[in-house]
Amino acid sequence: MEKYIFYVLALIMIVSAIASVSSRRMLRSVVYLLFVLIGIAGIYFMADYNFLAAIQLTVYAGGIIVLIIFSVLLVHHIDMELEVAKKSKRIITALACLIGLGVFMTTIYSHPFIETTTAVTTTTADIGFALLSTEAGGFILPFEVISILLLAVMIGAIIIAKGEDVTEEPPKETPLVKQEKPVEKKKELLETEVTV
Amino acid sequence: MYSSLIITNNIHSWVLSLMPAAVTGITEMMMIAMIYLTVFAVLGLFLVLMERKVAAWFQLRIGPNRVGFFGMFQTIADALKLLSKELTGTDKADKFLYNLAPYFLIISSLMALAVFPFSENLQAFDINIGIFFLIAISSIGVIGVLLGGWSSNNKFALIGAMRSGVQTISYELSVGLSLLTMILLTGSLQLSEIIEVQKSGWLIVQGHIPAVIAFMIYMISGTAETNRAPFDMVEAESELGAGFHTEYSGMKFAYFFLAEFINMFIIAAIGTTVFFGGWLSPFGITESIPWLGVFWFLLKAFALVFLMMWFRWTFPRLRVDQLLTLEWKYLLPINLFNIVLMAIIVWLNFTIQF
Repeated sequence: MEKYIFYVLALIMIVSAIASVSSRRMLRSVVYLLFVLIGIAGIYFMADYNFLAAIQLTVYAGGIIVLIIFSVLLVHHIDMELEVAKKSKRIITALACLIGLGVFMTTIYSHPFIETTTAVTTTTADIGFALLSTEAGGFILPFEVISILLLAVMIGAIIIAKGEDVTEEPPKETPLVKQEKPVEKKKELLETEVTV
Repeated sequence: MYSSLIITNNIHSWVLSLMPAAVTGITEMMMIAMIYLTVFAVLGLFLVLMERKVAAWFQLRIGPNRVGFFGMFQTIADALKLLSKELTGTDKADKFLYNLAPYFLIISSLMALAVFPFSENLQAFDINIGIFFLIAISSIGVIGVLLGGWSSNNKFALIGAMRSGVQTISYELSVGLSLLTMILLTGSLQLSEIIEVQKSGWLIVQGHIPAVIAFMIYMISGTAETNRAPFDMVEAESELGAGFHTEYSGMKFAYFFLAEFINMFIIAAIGTTVFFGGWLSPFGITESIPWLGVFWFLLKAFALVFLMMWFRWTFPRLRVDQLLTLEWKYLLPINLFNIVLMAIIVWLNFTIQF
């Protein structure tokens, strides 16, 4: 039965991945992308790796997609359609995709995968111990490095959101007028650069 | 994977006699899914009735009392009426997303119901990451609100959807962190094990001070996450019409409506499981009758639902900035401090256990 579920998931993922890059409505492609991500979560569930599946749902489906939808809601009107890229560009992109697919296929098919006989579910406790263990094979160093990186990103985000110089007095202009310009610019950027 | 009551054994042998063993698994899963769907759709309808009765009680009215005994079938009649209504929509709406949006909400809330242990044996899916799965699922529902608001091509709906997005993303943090505080006590994310731990005292008693703080934060942010009053700027009638579902009619509107009430039940059910011992009876008075667990679970859950309705008819609606201030400047710092406090209490073994 698992084989059929896998094929159904794979079909959903491939179809919505293609739809995601070929749709001309921005929000629709985001929703197709969401289906791809949910499909990946489904495959993790099928592999009995529940923790990773839930992470996939929370971080990608619940977090990143919601943020993308948010930014689309801010910059995109319902009547707008993305422009179609030039033919030469499309051919180059198709070639690059085919080469990438070829590399992946040859790697996957040249490697002999062994079928596991016993499925072991990794519990949250195991992950926690592995993350904090200082012994060989422990992940304490990357864990701490990532937490410092996240802290730096948070501070950076606050500084960027505050705008210009945070140490000086804020300018006298009303913030509403000021915010409109970057949004406009972002809209143009999205329209011109996000092409198929 | 599925419950092992005596009745399910009977059904299992009956299904096995009808078809080959390979198909039985799928058939039984389908049957359980159908039963859950039916039961919780009806439960959602009765929650609507309960809301109306409670509202009437708070406002010294009688409430619905015409259809059936004490108006028991009022909401069922309403649902039948909604079924027969025409499905309207705006002309320039993005039809695909417009039609898709209600299903995101209703599916995500129905998926969450699968993991609750209603009694010792009545649990459809005992996943080992229980609580985390619930948080993950509940983070998907907001997509339906955002899509519905945007694709109906109506500025009030869009504003409602944006507000909902801001609100849900902010308050999800508090829900997650307050549940995490309780996970420090249980040491497991699996819902059946969380209940097992509570056999020596409900968690709200075991964890005393930080647990009570966590419970208060959980109820506040849970109410906000389901977009209910006093946090219902999403559908503030005086400002936005009906908010993100302004353009929906008939059954699609009913999906939004039902999802809101089922979400409320889910928040209450998580609260029951994590803080109040789930299906465990108080002081173990009905330990010898296991099927009474369902009764205790529902009793506690409905008490919490009543608490949320009480909020609704007691507090005035917050402004958007007040809402965000409450979350980011008060609840979140208190919550982080509370986790440290709980960690110290667990570390020094200051928990109360019977």
